[in-house]
Amino acid sequence: MIAETLYTGFGAWNPIVWLVAFAVAILLAWFIQRLGEPDIPGDGESGKSYISGNDEPSPEDGHIGGSNLYWGFTDAMKGYYARVVPLHTGCLTDYVLWFLGTFALLFIFIGVL
Amino acid sequence: MMDFIMANAPALLIAVPMLGAFALPLVGRLGDTPRNGWILAVTLITAIIAALLAWTVLTGGPVLYTFGAASSSDAIPADSGGIPIRIIFTVDAMSAFMALFAAFVGFITCLYSVASERLSSGKDGYYALMLLLLVGILGMVTTGDLFNFFVFLEINSLAGAALVAYRIDKGVSVEAALKYGFLSTLAGLMVLYAIGLLYGQYDSLNMAVIASRMSYTMLDKVALALLIAGLALKAGAVPLHFWTPDAYSMAPAAVTAFLVVASQAGLYGLFRVLFSVYGLTLNYVTVGWAVIILGVLSMVVGVTMAIPQKDVKRLMAYHAVSQSGYMLLGVGVGLVVLGDAAAMDAFGRTAMEGGIFHIVNHAMYKGLLFLTAGAIFLQTGTRNLNKMGGLGHSMKWTMLFFIIGALAIAGIPPFNGFASKLMIYESVFAFSPVIAVIAMVVSILTLASFVKVFHAIFMGPQQPKYADVIEVPRPMLVAMGALALLTILMGIFPEQIVSTVIAPAANALIDQSAYVATVFGGV
Repeated sequence: MIAETLYTGFGAWNPIVWLVAFAVAILLAWFIQRLGEPDIPGDGESGKSYISGNDEPSPEDGHIGGSNLYWGFTDAMKGYYARVVPLHTGCLTDYVLWFLGTFALLFIFIGVL
Repeated sequence: MMDFIMANAPALLIAVPMLGAFALPLVGRLGDTPRNGWILAVTLITAIIAALLAWTVLTGGPVLYTFGAASSSDAIPADSGGIPIRIIFTVDAMSAFMALFAAFVGFITCLYSVASERLSSGKDGYYALMLLLLVGILGMVTTGDLFNFFVFLEINSLAGAALVAYRIDKGVSVEAALKYGFLSTLAGLMVLYAIGLLYGQYDSLNMAVIASRMSYTMLDKVALALLIAGLALKAGAVPLHFWTPDAYSMAPAAVTAFLVVASQAGLYGLFRVLFSVYGLTLNYVTVGWAVIILGVLSMVVGVTMAIPQKDVKRLMAYHAVSQSGYMLLGVGVGLVVLGDAAAMDAFGRTAMEGGIFHIVNHAMYKGLLFLTAGAIFLQTGTRNLNKMGGLGHSMKWTMLFFIIGALAIAGIPPFNGFASKLMIYESVFAFSPVIAVIAMVVSILTLASFVKVFHAIFMGPQQPKYADVIEVPRPMLVAMGALALLTILMGIFPEQIVSTVIAPAANALIDQSAYVATVFGGV
């Protein structure tokens, strides 16, 4: 057991112990679930999705696309994105300039400082 | 036979895939099955040779191989004035570690390609370029000669650019390949110019000889800035990362997974130059901080640019940039404290081990993620996250492999990404708590980003337009399964990997005198 322990100098990480604890937690969750009522039958009216009385949307309308997630994050960070995204121009000559600028900064950093 | 292979393993490591590539046009005439058998046999044999070489190095110390000499360890001829005039491969633990996982990923990506490219034309060229890319990577990580390193860097770049353009795709992939090829060539030219500056001063192209004579003049500083900029571009570090989203997204998935390793060969070159060629002679605090800044920029810009992406492979490409930042950060912290033995023992060595461990972990889980993206593209014909959904119903194995890769890249236990990130977090925290917190926040954003991808691709009701979608062919599943298995095993047994492979690799970088002695000890 000790052989699997990874020491980081400040702490330790043993995946085997973690996996055992994870398995115990899963067993506990399964046991608690078993205490509950059995599932309702999947057929008939009781098996249908209930969305506040609205009709269930079609599969195309029922899936939230990738762009709709995290709009709050990107909106909150729009000041950052407004500056960083335009730097990715897709223009090769711009990228060459970035290379030259980075080399110049590195040289100042290494050669002068 | 076995003795011959063991004695010539460094040369065979290059010769086998190179001859395999040159023979492909002939073998390809026999049909698809012989071609597939040939490519898998060549890459498997190369991986076995890499494993044998790694075993030799890890059990018996660095291996020196001198081309054209009566004895492979005869590095410096008696009448050469103390300068090794032949090409020398210096394979220490760091080189062996890189060669081993590069050869393995080469085999896995070719196995995947057997199924994913089965309907494509031009497969002779495709596989020949894959093998030449493997040659370039293996040569870069094993050679001890700077000019030879440049040659392999060029082979790496040209083969990679040609592979990016493999699928014409209305010219878009050709544009991506042009950017990759042009910028890689620019980086290669700068590296060549730096090598010229070093050769002009020290009369040698051998890294160990230059290291032993290094006096850190102003010309050496110019050469160092050129080498860092050139190799950081090859590694895709911010702000030299602009080629990565285009090249990674337009290349076939197997090529993208292999390009990740090709970029890491650039990272290897950077670390080799910093530690083994310049070592303690350079102003390691200043240069170390330069590497850390590149790392932090890569982490933050990479992950924040990934979040709003709609193209799944562009998103993953930005994450590749972000993950490279962790490697730069870990090794950069080690470089800053290179001359401080107490700090090196306290946290520097762990930071370097974490950074190096992250290289191989990244190759496994990011390779896996790119292969899952390729599987989805093959079956749906789109990379647009807004057009996907409900694929978990029909591509259960691909979904499982994606989950494993996504949890690993986000640093969730017990997968391999967690182990290396934990080493980086804890050691970097001792160095600078602020940077450690940034690294952790980047991991949280990585998890958020992959939750979005998982939801967009696999969750939701089955879409009528994808009603006919089925799971990908078995060779693709086997290739993804192999990477997924390693991602799990390396996470469950991290100490075994760190103690047997990673720690010797970190020591090989830290101990410059041992690297120099490997060459001079062969007199």
